[in-house]
Amino acid sequence: MGIFDRIFKEPRWGVHPDDHKRPAADVPLRTLPPPARVYMPLNQHVGAAARPIVLVGQQVLKGQVLAEAGGNISAPIHAPVSGTISAIGEVTAPHPSGLGFTAITVDNDYRDQWIALDPVADPFALAPEEIAKRTAAAGVVGLGGATFPSAVKFALGKRLAVETLIVNGGECEPYLSSDDRIMRDHAYQVVDGARIVMHAIGAKEALVGIEDNKPEAIAAMRVAAAPYPEVKIRPVPARYPMGSDKQLIQTLTGKEVPADARAAEVGVLVHNVSTCAAVHKAIRLGQPLVERIVTINGGAVANPGNIYAPLGVLVDELLDFCGRKEDPARLILGGPMMGTPLHHGKIPLVKGASGILAFDAAEAHVPEAGPCIRCGSCTKACPMGLLPLEMAARIRAGDLEAAEGFMLGDCISCGCCAYVCPSHIPLVQYFSHAKGELYTRERAKLRSEATKRLAEARIARLERDAKEKAEVAARRKAEREAAKAAAAAAAKPAATQAQGETA
Amino acid sequence: MSHSIGIPVAAPHTTTSNSAGRVMATVMLALAPATLFGFWLYGWPAIYLWTITIAAAMLGEAFCLRLMGQPAAPVLWDGSAALTGWLLALSLPPWAPWWIGAFGGLFATVLSKQIFGGLGQNLFNPAMVARVALLISFPVQMTAWVAPTPLFSAAAPGLIDGLHITLRGMQPGFDGMASASLLGYAKTELSRGIDLAQSLVHAPVQAWYGSRPGSLGETAAWLIVAGGVAMMFLRIISWHIPVAMLAGIALPAVILHSVDPARYLDASTHLFSGGAMLGAFFIATDYVTSPNTPRGQLIFGAGCGLLTWIIRTFAGYPEGVAFAVLLMNSLTPIIDSYVKPRIYGRDRKGAALEPGK
Repeated sequence: MGIFDRIFKEPRWGVHPDDHKRPAADVPLRTLPPPARVYMPLNQHVGAAARPIVLVGQQVLKGQVLAEAGGNISAPIHAPVSGTISAIGEVTAPHPSGLGFTAITVDNDYRDQWIALDPVADPFALAPEEIAKRTAAAGVVGLGGATFPSAVKFALGKRLAVETLIVNGGECEPYLSSDDRIMRDHAYQVVDGARIVMHAIGAKEALVGIEDNKPEAIAAMRVAAAPYPEVKIRPVPARYPMGSDKQLIQTLTGKEVPADARAAEVGVLVHNVSTCAAVHKAIRLGQPLVERIVTINGGAVANPGNIYAPLGVLVDELLDFCGRKEDPARLILGGPMMGTPLHHGKIPLVKGASGILAFDAAEAHVPEAGPCIRCGSCTKACPMGLLPLEMAARIRAGDLEAAEGFMLGDCISCGCCAYVCPSHIPLVQYFSHAKGELYTRERAKLRSEATKRLAEARIARLERDAKEKAEVAARRKAEREAAKAAAAAAAKPAATQAQGETA
Repeated sequence: MSHSIGIPVAAPHTTTSNSAGRVMATVMLALAPATLFGFWLYGWPAIYLWTITIAAAMLGEAFCLRLMGQPAAPVLWDGSAALTGWLLALSLPPWAPWWIGAFGGLFATVLSKQIFGGLGQNLFNPAMVARVALLISFPVQMTAWVAPTPLFSAAAPGLIDGLHITLRGMQPGFDGMASASLLGYAKTELSRGIDLAQSLVHAPVQAWYGSRPGSLGETAAWLIVAGGVAMMFLRIISWHIPVAMLAGIALPAVILHSVDPARYLDASTHLFSGGAMLGAFFIATDYVTSPNTPRGQLIFGAGCGLLTWIIRTFAGYPEGVAFAVLLMNSLTPIIDSYVKPRIYGRDRKGAALEPGK
């Protein structure tokens, strides 16, 4: 990039960390040998956990449904290998808490037997709804890390008449290259998947945003997209967080997604390149999502690169396959900017895991935090235009509402602020804490409001009952008295008459 | 597996190699050429005073930290106390006695920085608070300027004579060196009823490269500019505050000088005299005491410049940079609460954008 571009075309937001993508990105894709056992967590997506429909001891084929979607926003889980269900129980979740969650364990029989697949020769002859249905049934979720069920997004895009599909090949996180690799090696799958998604949502064009630090991927995608003028390959400046929906939409279309609104409301929908490839497989081949490309990288890895691996395989097995130079000082699921630290390697590979990083001691070194010198680096870096230093100062003082007033809720946790901070203040930690605390308070408030509402309703009901009873009683009394009076009145003339008669 | 793997660390898991200490060191490096030039112009007394001021500032910081039971060394290493002392030294008369530097340095870090809670917590620029305290308390010593006597020239005091000047005040033998800064001279003559057209003919010698009576930071104005521009390229500071401040001084000066040249000094005299350049590039740009949005910085800088010009032109003091910066420092929290960047997806007031637009 020339000096002119650097000054005038570079986005004003974001950071430019050392990307560490090579040499791992340039190593040809390798396939993991079939593992003896896989662990499929029921919770690999945003939304409700999947519901198991298999029993321990049952034989399953590769691609067979192990658990079905647990609600409107959910996704089914399929067997990544053929074999026997050996357990349905707890495994450690890929979450900093290290808590467990339910997973289905499949012992591999190494026969690699697929279920009967239902490939579609011409997806464009299918109704858009049918594509959404098949994508949902294949368990496809956003593979960039968001893991939102893709079919739900299709329905949304269709309903809001989205015109532009944005295919996210940004992959702005340092160290990661799984999207880069899928575009280089399987560009056809990505382009075809993008066209199927366009058909599913009724979009007129697809813009494929690829950071300009991936020239090989751009070249491969241009070749694959050449026959389809509606699929446009758009190199974008390499700048973190270019792969974030809002920033990529702004860079490619100039549109800004309003706060509290969804991208579809401004006529765009974003899908990751790997998700598009998964859609291609789900529709063209009928294959559910049971494997993915994952980047294994970091200073503690002997042979870093990208691995084609079945879901549910343990992180340790992936690291063993690539070799370890030393015991990792830190394990991260995802990229270094937004990834989740893992307590150990006995954690299964999930759908949203684009990378596993094993850092050596130097990479894992965390400098001690110092006082804020108000240099403003964080405000320059924030892609959302927030004031991280002001929010952090409020949170530090315990004034979470004031931090909320600085629009803490708009923070996308990209980590730019904490990355550039010369005092190494863990700003994202502050914000995550405050968001969690505010969410808890909001829930508590809603609960107490609901309780109050119910209590008030009860009091009102009791009062109404009492009033009604009193009214009924009063009416009865009045009726009784009226009857008595009537009886008396009836008796009186009779008496008079009788008197008269006797007179 | 190593010990730290079990500790949940919040993302990001990588960070910049920049640090507060590196920022301070870069600023000092940017100040170094101007300072060395000042040393050459004013000789040994200036070097002694500079050393004493920095030592006193660091001593004050260390004293406060020890008082609070905190280790002093890591904080001293961030360089902020030394930088405060350095900036203060550049704003002092170079031949001022040692206790001016010692008092100023201690005042800067103890009473205007650590009292507020240390680095990042002070409302006012510590160096300028100390300078104003000195100016008000010791007006004679703080306005005793000397004509430049370059190091190794015949008139310059040597190692020992220089020490005498610093320790015991200006000696009779060097009385001839006493001079006035240009701003002070012009103000005195105006107050005596002599207009600028006549008085400036006899003004103290003003060499374009900076050989003029004044503080270290005044005489080396061009080198201060060079240091400031270097900091902009290194992205230590942005252009907003310096440009706004210099414009804030220059614009009223240009207008009123063209109206009445006998009463009002011209813009270039204003810009290259006193602490204008040092103030614009190194003092007003202090992170802690200036706003942190570009628009806020423009307002802040323009305010510093305008107040400097007003104080110089209409007030009792010939120089107003320190007062102007302190006044604007007090407005920083207000500017910061009113001038905020536009948030993505929201308008300037913070309301969500309309999806249709």
